[in-house]
Amino acid sequence: MKIFRTTILMLLISITGNITAQQTPAPKQTEAVTIVGAKAHLGNGEVIENSLIIFENGKITHVMDALTTKMQYRGEIINAEGKHVYPGFIAPNSTLGLVEIAAVRATDDEDEIGEMLPHLRSLIAYNAESKIVESMRPNGVLIGQITPRGGTISGTSSIVQFDAWNWEDAAIKKDDGLHINWPNSFTRGRWWLGEERGMKPNKEYADQVLKLSQFFNNSKAFLAGKQIDIHLPFKAMETVFTGQKKVYIHVNGEKEILDAIQFKKDQNLNEMVLVGAYDAYKVTDKLKDNNIAVLAQRPHLTPSNDGDHYDASYKLAKTLSDAGILVGLEGSGQMETMNTRNLPFYAGTVAAHGMDKEDALKLITSNTAKILGIDEFVGTLEGGKDATLFISEGDALDMRGNRIIKAFIQGREVSLETHQTELYQRYSNKYKSQKKK
Amino acid sequence: MKFKILILTLFLAHSSLQAQEYFPDNKGVKAKNNNYMVFENAKIHVDPNTIIENGMFAVRNGKITAIGKSIVVPENSIRIDLKGKEVYPSFIDIYSEFGIKEPTRAGNENGEPQYEANREGYYWNDHIRPENKAIEHFSFNKEEAEKLHKNGFGVVNTHVADGIIRGSGILVALKPEGTEGERIISDRSAQYLSFEKSNQSRQLYPTSIMGAMALLRQTYLDASWYAQGKSKNKDLALEALNRNKDLVQIFKTDDLLDELRADKVGDDSGVQYVIFGSGNEFEKLDEIKNTNATIIVPLNFPEAYDLEDPFMANYVSLQDMKRWNQAPTNLKMLAQKGIPFVLTTHNLKDEKKFKPNLLKAVEYGLDKKAALAALTTTPAKIIGQENKLGVLKEGAWANFLITSGDFFDKETVLYENWVLGERAMLENMNVVDLRGTYSLKVDENQYELKISGKPNDPKAEVKLGDKKIKSKLSYDDTWINLLLSSPDSTKTEFTRLQAKVTSKSDEISGKAILNNGSETTFTAVKTKPAADDSDKKEKEIKVFEVLPVTFPNMAYGNTSLPKQENILFKNATVWTNTEQGILENTDVLISNGKISAIGKDLNAGNTRVIDATGKHLTAGIIDEHSHLAASAINESGHNSTAEVTMEDVIDPNDINIYRNLAGGVTTIQLLHGSANPIGGRSAILKLKWGAPAQDMIFKEAPKFIKFALGENVKQSNRSSANRFPQTRMGVEQVFIDYFGRAKQYEQEKKNDKNFRKDLEMETLVEILNGERYVSSHSYVQSEINMLMKVAEAFDFRINTFTHILEGYKVADKMKEHGVGASTFSDWWAYKYEVKDAIPYNAAIMYDAGLTVAINSDDSEMSRRLNQEAAKTVKYGGVPEEEAWKFVTLNPAKLMHIEQYVGSVQTGRDADVVLWSGHPLSIYTKAEKTLIEGAVYFDLEKDKAMREEIELQKNLLTGQMLSAKNGGEKTRPVSPKEEQHIHCNTLEIH
Repeated sequence: MKIFRTTILMLLISITGNITAQQTPAPKQTEAVTIVGAKAHLGNGEVIENSLIIFENGKITHVMDALTTKMQYRGEIINAEGKHVYPGFIAPNSTLGLVEIAAVRATDDEDEIGEMLPHLRSLIAYNAESKIVESMRPNGVLIGQITPRGGTISGTSSIVQFDAWNWEDAAIKKDDGLHINWPNSFTRGRWWLGEERGMKPNKEYADQVLKLSQFFNNSKAFLAGKQIDIHLPFKAMETVFTGQKKVYIHVNGEKEILDAIQFKKDQNLNEMVLVGAYDAYKVTDKLKDNNIAVLAQRPHLTPSNDGDHYDASYKLAKTLSDAGILVGLEGSGQMETMNTRNLPFYAGTVAAHGMDKEDALKLITSNTAKILGIDEFVGTLEGGKDATLFISEGDALDMRGNRIIKAFIQGREVSLETHQTELYQRYSNKYKSQKKK
Repeated sequence: MKFKILILTLFLAHSSLQAQEYFPDNKGVKAKNNNYMVFENAKIHVDPNTIIENGMFAVRNGKITAIGKSIVVPENSIRIDLKGKEVYPSFIDIYSEFGIKEPTRAGNENGEPQYEANREGYYWNDHIRPENKAIEHFSFNKEEAEKLHKNGFGVVNTHVADGIIRGSGILVALKPEGTEGERIISDRSAQYLSFEKSNQSRQLYPTSIMGAMALLRQTYLDASWYAQGKSKNKDLALEALNRNKDLVQIFKTDDLLDELRADKVGDDSGVQYVIFGSGNEFEKLDEIKNTNATIIVPLNFPEAYDLEDPFMANYVSLQDMKRWNQAPTNLKMLAQKGIPFVLTTHNLKDEKKFKPNLLKAVEYGLDKKAALAALTTTPAKIIGQENKLGVLKEGAWANFLITSGDFFDKETVLYENWVLGERAMLENMNVVDLRGTYSLKVDENQYELKISGKPNDPKAEVKLGDKKIKSKLSYDDTWINLLLSSPDSTKTEFTRLQAKVTSKSDEISGKAILNNGSETTFTAVKTKPAADDSDKKEKEIKVFEVLPVTFPNMAYGNTSLPKQENILFKNATVWTNTEQGILENTDVLISNGKISAIGKDLNAGNTRVIDATGKHLTAGIIDEHSHLAASAINESGHNSTAEVTMEDVIDPNDINIYRNLAGGVTTIQLLHGSANPIGGRSAILKLKWGAPAQDMIFKEAPKFIKFALGENVKQSNRSSANRFPQTRMGVEQVFIDYFGRAKQYEQEKKNDKNFRKDLEMETLVEILNGERYVSSHSYVQSEINMLMKVAEAFDFRINTFTHILEGYKVADKMKEHGVGASTFSDWWAYKYEVKDAIPYNAAIMYDAGLTVAINSDDSEMSRRLNQEAAKTVKYGGVPEEEAWKFVTLNPAKLMHIEQYVGSVQTGRDADVVLWSGHPLSIYTKAEKTLIEGAVYFDLEKDKAMREEIELQKNLLTGQMLSAKNGGEKTRPVSPKEEQHIHCNTLEIH
């Protein structure tokens, strides 16, 4: 064990070298890379115990069983015997790059004022050089859907990869989703106005839902017309109706979910995704019938009600998945930004509570890619897809095994160095030099 | 003014005015009425246990002069016949705000928190107001008095409900007419207290229950000290408090846990309170019994939830549903347990619910005698008036009720409520009962008239042949008025009948005025008596099946506390946390709450055997930094609050206790928050789900206190900036100041026998003397270093730095100081001072030789602390066996309880967890969690409980729907909000 620790430290030190500033994005892949001998977790439920993976010009060209092929190794050869290879993990519904230090308002760009804000674009506020974003990579989280917060329609998300000079380079799918915070049938008592504290039925719920419908209807009417007057919110809805921008409904209660399903029908939306969806397990048939996917809330949350099962949050994704619903995991909630790096452990937790491990992996890879509409190029280890993947010492869904040795985004080997590893090295060296004396 | 005089004149006409006999009278001649009133032929309830059938009593000058089966009737007597009626002592409400105007709320001009008191010449805290006298704020409120009369009350004990110590109340007789001089029985009847702050001041301290408790203790100490004449300044509040010592002390609470807390303060200060309770005493009967307090119970039951919308039903907690189901049995259970209690109408939103609620309690098993005692003799005794009030005997005040029968019968009418010998007329008791069917003859028409309803409020149905005639009957005093419509409903023509009835008769006759204005006579001859069941159709009180109380009385509560068992775990992988390391295929025997043997092939004997093949057995997880199971976290009213203790605010009903057991957690340090540099004292708890709060305390654990540094204590993330300190420079000076003063205090204490005992200083002296350990919330290296230097200057050591996210930067200095570290595994970037927090922190500190623990500060994270420990394997490569100690043995060491918990070896407490696999793996679940040999969490039992919760919720939903259908008032659903509590949580809602 001791030897192992020293290796890690040495490895870190050797990688780090003398870099002290922001880590530099890796240049374009010029040479092919072959990874040999690893246990490949393809992200689609399949595993190749002893695999051969080749990628070139940023794309995976071969994923096969090393024992049964005579394929020529190409370019740089990485011997990964005993190690594990995974497709890069995908964090949907994330505020990464929008907020750096939650308590410092100046660093917080996640929540704009106003209610109906489809025209707001998270992408242009995404800080590709965020120290929190770089801390994702050593855990295998390589892609994220950057999503605004607040309001009824929070705005428009975009999907980025986590190794870029700026937001433009980072984008892998621009303006992919419209995010709606569904009204809540309960509201908090405004105690400062003399109302009782605590939750009470929201009398304005129906009205709030109606307003949302009206906004959609008005947008359609506006778009059907000559559009002489400028109207940015209505205009921003255009791609929603053409199907280019998916609708994400952030919702938890059973009643609200059923109302959201009705909304999908009324608005004739092709695709709709539920985010959070605490009560979704109660209405799985309806979700399935209406072809609605779910980004289930992070498992590391306490249950909402006293009487709920202690593992209610742990098992939600499995219950939905067992019912035939396409499920991914999202991580919003308290301290969400920096905690996004725990995404693999969210999946691990679902596995702990009954799901097959490779199925649990799908919750943060292929399923999420399908839900986000990026499965054509990411989400699994398959020929033709982006070489966005990593090698881990062990099982990456378990903190005991999640030790990333190498990570690639679009074939580029990215630095695993972070602000945090630099400090680790700096102070490890401090005490080492003290010991020498 | 004229009106007043008129009333006075009326009053003079029929009553005495003895209280004012020495007053000059310029309105007429002096008239003194010394006549007797003699009530006879009544069933007299002398007290709850004594009845005189067919008895009599005499009243003069407001008092009962004689009572008995037969008494001598003086010549100057007015005799009142009460044949068929019953007489009760009138009721007493000893918790009332009757006639007191609510004090005006103090404004907040600049919006800044206020730290100083408004008043001068009084105690330093504005919420201590023992000098407050209700007598100075009282004026009789006729309207309210009438409401009380209708419910049977004759006397109330009222007070100014404002502040923590609220001063003296007054005992007031609700005499309908007269002067305050007559009504006030006592102008200093009781002293009132509560945990609520005064509206008249915005002084911040205390911001929490524990602050209020500490403030009360200190105030009592200060009062005794002041009584010795040691104070240099005048303190009118303390003087008043000392004066009020002779009074009954009534403590208002509004929560079951607060009732117990009030009693705890009382026990610590040598005061026995009478406690105003919550109505939920049935949940913790043993604990309530142990308070030795009389409980004032509001006669108020929760309304059923409106569950017609099934979506809403999802959001009601089992606890709230059970409380609705069980609350009507509360009084019965108090009575059966022998806990003295009295009843109050306070908290009753609709005073008309008083009697229905009382009957409901009786229906649910409350003995009528006990109910009567709770309204009469017991309250009288509490206020020392047992010979004057609540009882009908010679010399007692003539406060009594005249009823038509048994008070606890639904149909019984309360006719009159006499206070101090004066009548409040509620219903005419001499009313002639008209009910029955009559043949009514008016003009040429022969009607059928049916009179039903209540004797005092009868209703009429009139038929002409088969045709129903619209009619309206009024019956006031002795006059009947009956309005008949024309048989031809298209015409607006009426016939009016009028008669005076003075005695019961089968024939009524009187004047009829026809629609043309001509007068004639009518007669009505009774043909049938009233049907007996006419009133029984009204809804009966529904008695539902009552669910058993569980501990705690909510979801996942146990019907009885888990008991110690003797268990043999066979063939486990045992993480000993000793030199023995991890033992494969090993048996662990648990007996009498201890680990009694570890080895291969142990003999089971009679003990229960659990096959642990393939499973891992470890010590229970210990969380050094937790805010679970607390009703308050921060006392933020001062920059130092060493006087407060988390042991005062343990919340044993926090569902997160159970959830943490499901995550293998057995012991926590419940820390005060980080609102101030010197915070409150800790409570070290074992998570004994269902046990009384005080039984959760880890008895052998030493004393701890929370300190805090950085952004939270300098209030960086708040808009106001008027409390010292606002910088890290200031934080240092706070410590130097307080410890400097603590040293002085200790000196003073040695030299001066009559020193002023200061609870805050006492705590700080304990720290200086190494009798209390410090766990300090800390982030950046500068402040960490500073606190160690301050401690060294005062010759003590900081025990633990908690959070300590930059500990890795000064690990060498920490080692030198001898402090331990309890940190997060990977939290960072949530505020500026954690921008350099790194997940390698624990590994570096461990390498530097520090005792390292991983803590949670979060009730979600704490239930998977095993995973958090595992992260130190990932970040920094800590060996797994050592990483496991980060959440077991090491926090035990930091808390100085490692000789009891934290490892698996013989003689240690049997606080162990059986895991489904490797305890550091994310794929592992806790299957059984034991504390002292009792199984507090069991995966199998959890499954059964889930089903039971569903069943109970279904049953109660049915009951609530049935209640709503039966016409009961319901309330909208209000889901409980899960509040995530951290160090900086200022208020728990």
